[in-house]
Amino acid sequence: MTVREMIWLPHISPRFFRILQRNSQVLRRTWKVNFLPPILEPVLYLLAFGAGLGLLVGEISYRGEPVSYVAYIAPALIAVNIMYNAFFENTYASYVRMYYQKTYDAIMATPLNLDEIITGEIVWGAVKSLIATILMLAVISLFNLLVYPQALFIVPLAFLGGLAFGSVAMCFTALVPQIEVFNFPIFLFITPMFLFSGTFFPLETLPRWAQVLAQFLPLTHLVALVRALAMGKLQAQLLLSLFYLVIFSGITFILAILLMRRRLII
Amino acid sequence: MSEDLIFAKDLCKTFNGLKAVDGISLRMSRGECFGILGPNGAGKTTTVRMIYGFSPVSSGTLKVFGMDIQKHARLIKAKSGVCQQENNLDPDLTVFQNLVTYASYFDIPRATARQRASELLRFMRLEHKERGKILELSGGMQRRLVIARALINKPELLILDEPTTGLDPQSRHQVWGRLAELKAQGLGILLTTHYMEEAAHLCDRLVIMDHGRILVEGGPLDLIHQNVGANVIEVESPSESLVNFVKDSDLDHEELSHRLLIYTRDGEALFRKISEGFCDRGCSLRMATLEDVFLKLTGRELRD
Repeated sequence: MTVREMIWLPHISPRFFRILQRNSQVLRRTWKVNFLPPILEPVLYLLAFGAGLGLLVGEISYRGEPVSYVAYIAPALIAVNIMYNAFFENTYASYVRMYYQKTYDAIMATPLNLDEIITGEIVWGAVKSLIATILMLAVISLFNLLVYPQALFIVPLAFLGGLAFGSVAMCFTALVPQIEVFNFPIFLFITPMFLFSGTFFPLETLPRWAQVLAQFLPLTHLVALVRALAMGKLQAQLLLSLFYLVIFSGITFILAILLMRRRLII
Repeated sequence: MSEDLIFAKDLCKTFNGLKAVDGISLRMSRGECFGILGPNGAGKTTTVRMIYGFSPVSSGTLKVFGMDIQKHARLIKAKSGVCQQENNLDPDLTVFQNLVTYASYFDIPRATARQRASELLRFMRLEHKERGKILELSGGMQRRLVIARALINKPELLILDEPTTGLDPQSRHQVWGRLAELKAQGLGILLTTHYMEEAAHLCDRLVIMDHGRILVEGGPLDLIHQNVGANVIEVESPSESLVNFVKDSDLDHEELSHRLLIYTRDGEALFRKISEGFCDRGCSLRMATLEDVFLKLTGRELRD
């Protein structure tokens, strides 16, 4: 294939790492505000659902075995946290840098190209998911709800999940005409996933069509993977979920770069 | 060829069917200060955005440092310093961090970057703001910092897109002083502006652009002499007999509402003749400026 035909492919060198350095420098000033939620949120949720709702629900069946409701939702909270960290970083925070601060414009006048800037931003979103996940795992471990060493694999999984949700977030960032419009993907995509991806109740309780629909949502697969790792119950079938997340990340990542080029290279 | 910092031939840029830059050709040599002048929307910014590799070229040839911009954008950007029209300093970082972080995009080692940042802050008279926040700086300081940032990689070409727009006279002269120093050190400077005084002050050569085309090219003084002559006689509310006289003697002139401009090479003699013969007041003789050339060539209608 000639160069011309391949021109749509991302042009990326390790220079994208400079974006991570830039963002981590900013984070070092604001980390207390940034990482308070992943520590506090699971505690609040576990108290509310465990002590409150958990009493009503009692035990829930997971793979034919009864587990406590708290143990059932704790992995889902981790998965949701992975989704939120990358998604919000690559929507609101990236949009502010791109649109209001013109940070991308300034960097595009240096040897970095746009593809590398976007790659750096998405990888940064995944790094934030990863850091938040480590903090959250530490907190949830105190409640004795994780099976080790399997649960340790949630850490690299958080990075992959972060890439998936960060890439799709970057697509929205390339498309929205103004910052308020992020309400749409949040209302139509993020919130339904938060509720209907096997997070707070098993998918099997949904009608058949909704179960099929849920299989198309990335959070469904992330929840399934995190839950299996947290409970130490791995199955070959989970490879499909892993495969789904890899493909989803790859497609949305390339799409994000193409959409960003369309928006910013004029 | 290799002497040229910038070489453009029949350069075009089209946005949604609109020709923003319509076949311009220009050359800029090393150590030269080259100006692109023109009213708003003339295509100045689009031209420089192509030169610093931000906007793809629609058609034509564009070489910077003798390299094709479409093939070697990364190499060209590594050797250029760019000061975009908006102050896009990084508000998440301090003044000093802005310079050091920007240096990292050029792969400049950290120790070198820190040393260079301190030097540039001193050069731009910003050393007292080293730890300051960007949003606390005045417009003039922000502008100076943007220029300092553009110099962090020791560029061979400095590109400035309207460097002093919106600055007060003190800040503007401060910036001009720094740029004159850089020019004296042999740095090639490409500058867009709509301040004629700025162009006359700094540029060795310039072009005046309008509607995506180059109207004239030359040194500031040559352009004045070629297009309007040495002097301008301005007459407030000219009498009819004066207007007739001007037309009959075939003098180069412009009639505005309540004002008559006469462009001339022998100002003294003509001025004496006119002030004695036709007006008792409101008649003055002055040196012709680049602004006269600019307005004569691009017209006086508003551009917005």
